[in-house]
Amino acid sequence: MPRPRVRRTEAIVLRERDYAEADRILTLLTPGGKVTVMAKGVRRPTSRKTGHLGLFNRAEIMLAQGRNMDLVTQAQALEVFEELWHDLLRFTYACYAAELVDRFVPEDEGSSDLYDLLVSALRWFSTGDDLRLWCRYFELSLLRQTGYAPSLHRCVVCEGDLQAETNYFDLAQGGLACPRCGMQIPGARPVSLSAQKVLRYLDSRDMASVGMLSLRESSQREIETLMHAVLQYTLERELKSTAFLRRLRSELAMREASRQKPEGSAKPPVFDDQPDSA
Amino acid sequence: MASMPRAVDRLIDALSRLPGIGPKTASRLTYHLLRAGEEEAAVLAEAVAALHRQTIMCSRCCNISETDPCAICTDDRRDHQTICVVEEPLDVVAIENTGNFHGLYHVLHGHISPMERIGPDELRIEPLLARVREDGIREIILATNPTLEGDATAIYISRLAQPYGVSVTRLALGLPRGGDLEYADRMTLSEALAGRRLI
Repeated sequence: MPRPRVRRTEAIVLRERDYAEADRILTLLTPGGKVTVMAKGVRRPTSRKTGHLGLFNRAEIMLAQGRNMDLVTQAQALEVFEELWHDLLRFTYACYAAELVDRFVPEDEGSSDLYDLLVSALRWFSTGDDLRLWCRYFELSLLRQTGYAPSLHRCVVCEGDLQAETNYFDLAQGGLACPRCGMQIPGARPVSLSAQKVLRYLDSRDMASVGMLSLRESSQREIETLMHAVLQYTLERELKSTAFLRRLRSELAMREASRQKPEGSAKPPVFDDQPDSA
Repeated sequence: MASMPRAVDRLIDALSRLPGIGPKTASRLTYHLLRAGEEEAAVLAEAVAALHRQTIMCSRCCNISETDPCAICTDDRRDHQTICVVEEPLDVVAIENTGNFHGLYHVLHGHISPMERIGPDELRIEPLLARVREDGIREIILATNPTLEGDATAIYISRLAQPYGVSVTRLALGLPRGGDLEYADRMTLSEALAGRRLI
């Protein structure tokens, strides 16, 4: 079916690139899919669209069919995630989520579920607690919605039920393998029982349940390392925002540690060590 | 497909690498230069060749200049205790055109953009901090763009500058002159209300 000449849609601005004198090329995620559009004159301070089409804004927009790409003719911001403007760490998590969506979703593909997931993620990164854990929930949900859900209940080799023990993650087959099969797979990485429980919990619950989870730093780190390996293997490249996210977190941890320690102390940052509830 | 002379092909290829210029525009510009004659093409070629030969980056403010240090950094009539931090050299021109700022500048050459792998190390932040440490700076005016990434850069710099006891300010935000109130977004209007002043 041909696309209408003018259409109205809701959209999140995933990324923006300056173009020509005062224009911007925007990558948008809409409930109907990812689109790249042109916003003419939007870099001029007097443009009526400028404030409405900021990065990560949720906006209602009118798109007119253009020769090479659609043009934004009207825009009205519906939701501005204000905390992202004031908090560097929250901003960087939002960048990470947007980069993931941009990499996983090809042009003209996507769904309303994916759109809702990103809106929820931006809301959480803007105002929520435990951004790391929510980031893991987002990664697993994104993998599921784009058809890359990791297999977490049955061995990806022998298809037997996984036992409550350390199992192995095989990146190539995208899931856990039992110790007998896993130890035969070169490069398969061991995954602790508590990390498996957390992954299954995050994979099967709704987002409201994420806030009820409280993890040890060691579990957070194990799951994060595993998820980054899964994402990098699936995308066949490293995500650009990860480096800055790591740097920022380590700077914040050092700053926090120097605040807590007497001056001159050079000990590493102290992390919380709550019991694993998963 | 008919082949083009190699010289034409080379220029189209070179021009289409410039930002905002696609292959069609590059072809149009190339054929315009062909029609305009050798003299006009030579003027352009000389200007392009001189661009790097006759410019240098000022080792103090990181702006593009003909001399090092640049004319602004060596001007004794300017306030050497105030630095205005901007993203690009063209922002210096914009602020100079106001005629209302008499301090010094510092050009970052970009903004923090995690999605483009541009972090603090890719920007000229360390030379700025060196100036704050060594030059007795009293105020840093953060004039990065009022975008999410511009604000992120401003927050990052203000955090680094904090330990030096320097006053860090941000350009005012609000409604643009000639703008229309009914089309302003909620955040801009809120900032304009917060920054209202007596008349």
